[in-house]
Amino acid sequence: MNIPSSIWTLIIGIVVTIVSLWYGQNHGLLPTAASDEAELVDGLFNAMLTISTGLFLIVEGALIYSAIRFRRRPDDNSDGPPIFGNIPLEILWTAVPAIIVLGIAIYSFDVYNSIGGFNPHDVHDAPIGEQAVRMPGAAIAATLNDTPPSADPSNLNQDKSDAAMQDPGTAEIRNADQIPQKRNAPGVGVVSPTIGSSPDREGTSPALTINVTGLQYAWIITYPDTGITTGELHVPVGREVQISMTANDVIHAFWVPELRLKQDAIPGRQSEIRFTPKTLGEYKLICAELCGPYHGAMNTQFVIETPEAFEQWQQEQVAISNSQQLVAVNTAVSPAEFLAPYISDLGIQPETLHQIHHNHH
Amino acid sequence: MTQAQLQESANIPAQSEEHGERKWRDYFSFNTDHKVIGIQYLVTTFIFYCIGGVLADLVRTELKTPETDFVSPEVYNSLFTLHATIMIFLWIVPAGAGFANYLIPLMIGAKDMAFPRLNAVAFWMIPPAGLLLISSLLVGDAPDAGWTSYPPLSLVTGQVGEAIWIMSVLLLGTSSILGAINFLVTIWKMRIPGMSVNQMPLFCWSMIATSAITLLSTPVLAGALILLAFDLIAGTTFFNPTGGGDPIVYQHMFWFYSHPAVYIMILPFFGLISEVLPVHARKPVFGYQAIAYSSLAISFLGLIVWAHHMFTSGIPGWLRMFFMITTMIIAVPTGIKVFSWVATVWGGKLRLNSAMLFAMGFVGTFVIGGISGVMLAAVPFDIHVHDTYFVVAHLHYVLFGGSVLGIYAGFYHWFPKMTGRMLNEFWGKVHFALTIVGLNMTFLPMHKLGMMGMNRRIAVYDPKFETLNFICTMGSYLLAVSTFPFIINAIWSWMYGPKAGNNPWQALTLEWMTTSPPAIENFDKLPVLATGPYDYGMNNGDDEVVENVPLSDEREPALAAGPNSALRAEPDPKVAANPEDRE
Repeated sequence: MNIPSSIWTLIIGIVVTIVSLWYGQNHGLLPTAASDEAELVDGLFNAMLTISTGLFLIVEGALIYSAIRFRRRPDDNSDGPPIFGNIPLEILWTAVPAIIVLGIAIYSFDVYNSIGGFNPHDVHDAPIGEQAVRMPGAAIAATLNDTPPSADPSNLNQDKSDAAMQDPGTAEIRNADQIPQKRNAPGVGVVSPTIGSSPDREGTSPALTINVTGLQYAWIITYPDTGITTGELHVPVGREVQISMTANDVIHAFWVPELRLKQDAIPGRQSEIRFTPKTLGEYKLICAELCGPYHGAMNTQFVIETPEAFEQWQQEQVAISNSQQLVAVNTAVSPAEFLAPYISDLGIQPETLHQIHHNHH
Repeated sequence: MTQAQLQESANIPAQSEEHGERKWRDYFSFNTDHKVIGIQYLVTTFIFYCIGGVLADLVRTELKTPETDFVSPEVYNSLFTLHATIMIFLWIVPAGAGFANYLIPLMIGAKDMAFPRLNAVAFWMIPPAGLLLISSLLVGDAPDAGWTSYPPLSLVTGQVGEAIWIMSVLLLGTSSILGAINFLVTIWKMRIPGMSVNQMPLFCWSMIATSAITLLSTPVLAGALILLAFDLIAGTTFFNPTGGGDPIVYQHMFWFYSHPAVYIMILPFFGLISEVLPVHARKPVFGYQAIAYSSLAISFLGLIVWAHHMFTSGIPGWLRMFFMITTMIIAVPTGIKVFSWVATVWGGKLRLNSAMLFAMGFVGTFVIGGISGVMLAAVPFDIHVHDTYFVVAHLHYVLFGGSVLGIYAGFYHWFPKMTGRMLNEFWGKVHFALTIVGLNMTFLPMHKLGMMGMNRRIAVYDPKFETLNFICTMGSYLLAVSTFPFIINAIWSWMYGPKAGNNPWQALTLEWMTTSPPAIENFDKLPVLATGPYDYGMNNGDDEVVENVPLSDEREPALAAGPNSALRAEPDPKVAANPEDRE
């Protein structure tokens, strides 16, 4: 290898480092960070972008430099030097990416743990007890029978789902008579993957629980504490919120870009995420998983407001619900009728809604 | 039959009447010559590429403005579903098989593939499968659940279109399994005596890795699709939640194939440009064994990363960590390849012709896709950008900036061998410039779109994304325009281009040691290795040796023997020493 003189290598190295560090912090590629979790994710992204920028500059620089510096001169028909390899160099460029990748993996693990993704209790919730394992045929029997609930119900999907269903508004929207809720997935203790509480809040209940249900093509949000059913998601700033979600027809995905959080809402399953809103503002709650032709129109307002404004909003909603006799309780309404009050919130036209339900197979 | 007749008939090469190309219509027949089949594959898949490209431009036209003003949302979903299915299953995967069909027997000095008729069968599954898929547009019920076809959505959208989609993909999967068996057996059993595995061209290594993945994972996709078909047609509930089925099981089965499939789509082109770069850099490939074994490492690791497509779906937290780490580790063997290619180019005497430009463009753009791939492996960041345009950008940098540029590099490099004529260099360079500008213009802004909050597979979007989408759409038109110089150049040069000669690039691999285009049985007599495949620069200034290299064992072999040369190694005992035994 014809490595340029060490001074040039040093200068180029310094320049690449400075440019990478600068771009890693000043890229402007991400939207507002509106939750505590988003800050952590952004830190990870900035670190990865810094390393990536460096690698990008080195590889592209080497290619472009080669194309200019080493192009064949018109009168030169000879070959290049026969260099077949260089073991120390190859070890170096195997080791460096390996170390970088390990570093990113550890950093990601840390961030993931901090936002509450790695919940070690999930693993220990396997429903088969130690004694049962020793019994011959227990493993097969477990797959044949409806597995009994585990001793610690806090992570069990069915219990969470039952809790969510206690709210009559939620029960209606969730289509539970059509789509049975899964109990335990085979071999894994808990069905629903979660972004749970961050480690420092382990074991505490969230300040506010909200049930979210995705259906073609709307998000229906219920507040079990106050019985509100609405098409907009409002949360008070600074308080930990838990969203329990499911879907009543096809897979949807709950995504607020400013929260950096996304979770599929899966029919027959209960999944949840927890987060702490941080920045006041109005954002969009988007469905990120393809759910049909009007997938792109499936979004709604997501509002982070002061606790006072949130209280006021709740009271208004309660008043509206009472005057409308809580549409969701009425089992006879069709989805179109049901959605009618929320059309303006959902940003879709009444004709579209009409069309949806005629096209729906 | 007399003894003499018996002897004679036993030694006449086994071939059907139609074996080999004699007339133009042989290309439209059930021909068993690997070179005819290779060209059939390449031309057919290129036609599908053009169809898939038109669909892509229709998708981008819809996305030029935030509203749905070009096609209805239903049609839009069908357009991107068909675009993805065609590009993956009818263009990139079979194009790799096309190059392998053409090149592998030539590179290892064989007369044909191990199973010529199976080879023809594998190819002839593709046109009907493709026509079947496109016919769904005519019945007015094209599949519109995305190329992933996740239930329950795929079960509640159009039933006919979905059934057609399943049938078509099953046929194409079968075709690629048949091809993979053929490649493995051919490479393993039909190398000329004296070519050990460590003297094979790197393309053969990459096809071993590719074929292994195909054989291990494609049957799982078939399983998933058959169960999905039961749910769709027979009313079972394997994946349908209304009967207690689990849609997540489909995702596991689907991605168990479809993640390895991205390596099926990129490994052959890793191999191709490992051939192109040393020839035009006039330097040995740097780190032959590192490149060869990293293909196998990618192939192995590729089988245990599928769930990174499901980080926001239904897998438990601890499992996400496992798949994050396996996914990130793939960056190491991939990095080895990229650095080795850069080192191959470094310090060479680069002939910057079209093939070389596309090969270097491949390395340059693939790096961007690789870097964003590592980012996507990081679970917290993936949770943010999963199912957004960031992913769309990433996969297009890998599959367009990687695979498609690799295919073009291969076209420009082997066109003289396939047709006996040279392509026009000026128009080749125009093609390259338009492609590179077009692809970056189309796909680079998508990174920002995804991170800012534009999800994928939508026909309407937030007006704040309009400017970037407009740039993407213009870029996609430029990409469409960029193919015209190539198509015209290829057709014109095939008919009227200057004669190429047998070895216009002074390359050392065996496919250049025969006539252009090669004779029906490839070589007059069994070729002999006098150099390794990449021993460039071993006898600088002595052009005569470079031009005359192998083919016969009469020359002074030691002169040209490099470290990879057959002459430095024992013959491979697994390969039959007597050429007649190989029949």
